[in-house]
Amino acid sequence: MKPFDYVRPASVAAAVAAAAQPGAVFLAAGTNLLDLMKGGVSRPDRLVDVTHLDGLDQIETLGDGSLRIGALVSNADLAHDAEFARSYPAVAEALLSGASAQLRNAATVGGNLLQRTRCAYFYDTASRCNKREPGSGCDARDGENRGHAVLGWTESCIATHPSDFCVPLVALDAMVEIEGRGGRREVALDQLHRLPGDTPERDSVLEPGDLIVAVRLPPAARGFAAHARYLKVRERTSYAFAVVSAAAALRIESGMIVEARLALGGVAAKPWRARAAEDVLKNVSPTADAFQEAAWRALTDAKPSGDNAFKIELARRIVVRALTLAAAGTPARIPALPASPFAATSGADHA
Amino acid sequence: MNHSISLTVNGARRDFVLDDPRVTLLDLLRERLHLTGTKKGCDRGQCGACTILVDGKRINSCLALAISHDGADILTIEGVARGDQLHPVQAAFIAHDGFQCGFCTPGQIMSAIGMMQEAQAGNDPERIRECMSGNLCRCGAYAGIVDAVLDAQGQMDESSQRRSA
Repeated sequence: MKPFDYVRPASVAAAVAAAAQPGAVFLAAGTNLLDLMKGGVSRPDRLVDVTHLDGLDQIETLGDGSLRIGALVSNADLAHDAEFARSYPAVAEALLSGASAQLRNAATVGGNLLQRTRCAYFYDTASRCNKREPGSGCDARDGENRGHAVLGWTESCIATHPSDFCVPLVALDAMVEIEGRGGRREVALDQLHRLPGDTPERDSVLEPGDLIVAVRLPPAARGFAAHARYLKVRERTSYAFAVVSAAAALRIESGMIVEARLALGGVAAKPWRARAAEDVLKNVSPTADAFQEAAWRALTDAKPSGDNAFKIELARRIVVRALTLAAAGTPARIPALPASPFAATSGADHA
Repeated sequence: MNHSISLTVNGARRDFVLDDPRVTLLDLLRERLHLTGTKKGCDRGQCGACTILVDGKRINSCLALAISHDGADILTIEGVARGDQLHPVQAAFIAHDGFQCGFCTPGQIMSAIGMMQEAQAGNDPERIRECMSGNLCRCGAYAGIVDAVLDAQGQMDESSQRRSA
């Protein structure tokens, strides 16, 4: 690991100033950053430790009914908050389907949003990677790429964003509160992550010094609690990243879907909101035909970036399955194997 | 630049001067305190052999910078027995053959103790397997590990019932 300076600022403003310097990065739990530093993938000159800052570890309901989650709340504390899990069950299930219990105890909300791709070529410093070394090329493009993107990719980068948490969050219109050199601002989570274009080295719209201080769920996000699921296909049942995942959330009144939310994970460089699919689920009955149509719409623009055409069909099926499970109703308790399609389910046949 | 930190390790306060901020909690425990029960397996947060409790919660000590944990209360495998009296989880691992080579065992035991404190799995074997998935065992002693955790969970439930009765 390359040597670095360590600073522990006493305030958010001081942290922003310290991290705005070239070569500086924020340190929260470090569960992804330290791994990247050990491998020489990330080589910061200065770590700005934000873990001791006050006021960033609260979960609070605001006057208008939104929920504000401090950036330093751990993934485990959020998922195990009973009120949170009742109100946003798909988000809790997504959190518990990610990483391991040890990592969830350490990893933070803000860090989860800003974790880097797990593309093996990004991690291997002997490989060419435009995200790690702009302009060097992309060895994933002709390499082992069955896990790579099928939406939003370009010739310069076919990496995916690995977060589970972000998938239901983006479906529920989460907002990200950012403190930067110009003061406080907000960005919709859907606008936080960037598609690669020809600058895949920039994962997000954040500028130097920008610190995520909170994630907010708007009041309407609670309206989906009765019909919400997150489903995740992995290459092993636990402690693995998504091959494909889907968050489905429905508002059902008198047997009709009045509003649907759908997002996909593991398919693109950002959590992928499927608005065209949501549109066809407005004011229709929750039927298999409607869900098939939605799945088709969600993947209309998908194309393989390598040996991963199977992910497009897999994503369609997981969308149908997630919508079917959501329509059947949120389970009273998060299943023993969170988000697993192999968990015992009621009333849902394989699509 | 030197940085001073203090930790409570297995109940005792320890002060350190770090001449390099790169030191992880894992390396600090092993190299500075010679508490070598906590194992370095992958050193990348994938195997769980380095699991310790920090402020009561299990984490991977290989992915935690010591300097960032100034003031933390740390429990390692060396701190769970009372003298010669093994922790119930330790005893259960012996009773149920919850290991073969033993390399992953300290991490498995610390993870199981942390899991019981989290109280999410209860005595459901499927939930125990899921909640222990951050600890790999290359020998494949998983069946014995799950039996050991179930047994220890049962004993600790009983003793807490006795205490409250």
